[in-house]
Amino acid sequence: MARIVGGVTTSHIPAISNAMAKGLEQEPYWKRFFDGYEPVKEWLAKVDPDVAIVVYNDHGLNFFLNQVPTFALGCADHYENADEGWGLPTLASFEGDAQFSWHLAESLINQDFDMTTCQEMLVDHGFVTPMALMWRHLPAWPVKAIPLAVNTVQHPLTSARRCYQLGKALGKAIESYPEDSKVVIFGTGGLSHQLQGERAGIIDVDFDLECMEHIIHDPEWMTRFSNAELMEKAGTEGIEVIMWLVMRGALAPKVDVIHKHYHAPISNTGAGVLVLENPAD
Amino acid sequence: MVWQKHDYDGIPGTYVFDGQRSHAGYALNRMAFSFNRVENREEFARDMDAYCRKYGLSDEQREAVLNGEFLKLLHLGGNVYYLAKIAVFHGMNVQDAGAAFQGITTPEFQAILDRNAEGFSDKLQQKGGYWHG
Repeated sequence: MARIVGGVTTSHIPAISNAMAKGLEQEPYWKRFFDGYEPVKEWLAKVDPDVAIVVYNDHGLNFFLNQVPTFALGCADHYENADEGWGLPTLASFEGDAQFSWHLAESLINQDFDMTTCQEMLVDHGFVTPMALMWRHLPAWPVKAIPLAVNTVQHPLTSARRCYQLGKALGKAIESYPEDSKVVIFGTGGLSHQLQGERAGIIDVDFDLECMEHIIHDPEWMTRFSNAELMEKAGTEGIEVIMWLVMRGALAPKVDVIHKHYHAPISNTGAGVLVLENPAD
Repeated sequence: MVWQKHDYDGIPGTYVFDGQRSHAGYALNRMAFSFNRVENREEFARDMDAYCRKYGLSDEQREAVLNGEFLKLLHLGGNVYYLAKIAVFHGMNVQDAGAAFQGITTPEFQAILDRNAEGFSDKLQQKGGYWHG
């Protein structure tokens, strides 16, 4: 059976992709941020997953505002990155796992999560930045990838509570797949940031660290916030933290903390990294 | 017919991108979405005014695009991720736009970010268990 080895949280902002493209990792501004990913890469090399499910939001590459699915699942054999209009280099395409994706879609829909299924899906920086952070040192992506897009762009958005429940359903869906594959889940985005308006530039370190601790030990705490409360504390784009709860919901109630890393500011954001391992059976 | 009020309306300096804004900004954001294709960026760069008209922007939106008035574009329904695709033509990134929203310089905006993050390392020490290199 498929087994969830663990989950990772990470920022996905384009400034990180830009820094990687330009080889700025050892520059003073970036060094501490990137160095903090080395233990993540070591853990991934050790657990050696077969599949990565990447929970992210599209920012205007695959989904325009004409059609905005709340939850969309990639169900294709491969996924392409593409030009987002601001000059990031396009990364190599990603191998998918259509059979696994369709199983997940069926299981989730049977558990009352009405996923949008996508047989063509361009993946933007929200997806490719985490993949590059983890595996750009390798000649090819070492995993099959499955995109799970959550609308965090156009309100009304789903809630933290609903994302956590989706994660629980996703966990059941993964673990009911008959193939022996090891799955890692990336919860991406966040932490606190606001790009827009006169309030742009907020970073709330205290709230970010509260989120990181609670995601580990008491994710239910996060589900008590309304979206308005989350935006007030973490900023309009900081609401992306709800996607961490999809990852967390899929893991066991008690997880082993392999790594905790935080740095701020990274561009306009507080950047939080967690590696959480599912306990062995 | 009426646009409903929301519990997030009171957050200061914030324009939550909801149905009302997305409806108002649809043509503007649709134009910005077209900039994912290089041939459209080239066409826009050749004649910005004509390109805005082709996408049916309002006069106010068109003038704000041409003048690079990003706070105004937020007021007129622009979504920040789509405005970022327009900002490129004014030589701006999201930090420059963040500064422009407040009428300050980019270094001043970056100083705000630094100030907001100040002391985070001490807080990590207090919490415990964080990576420190």
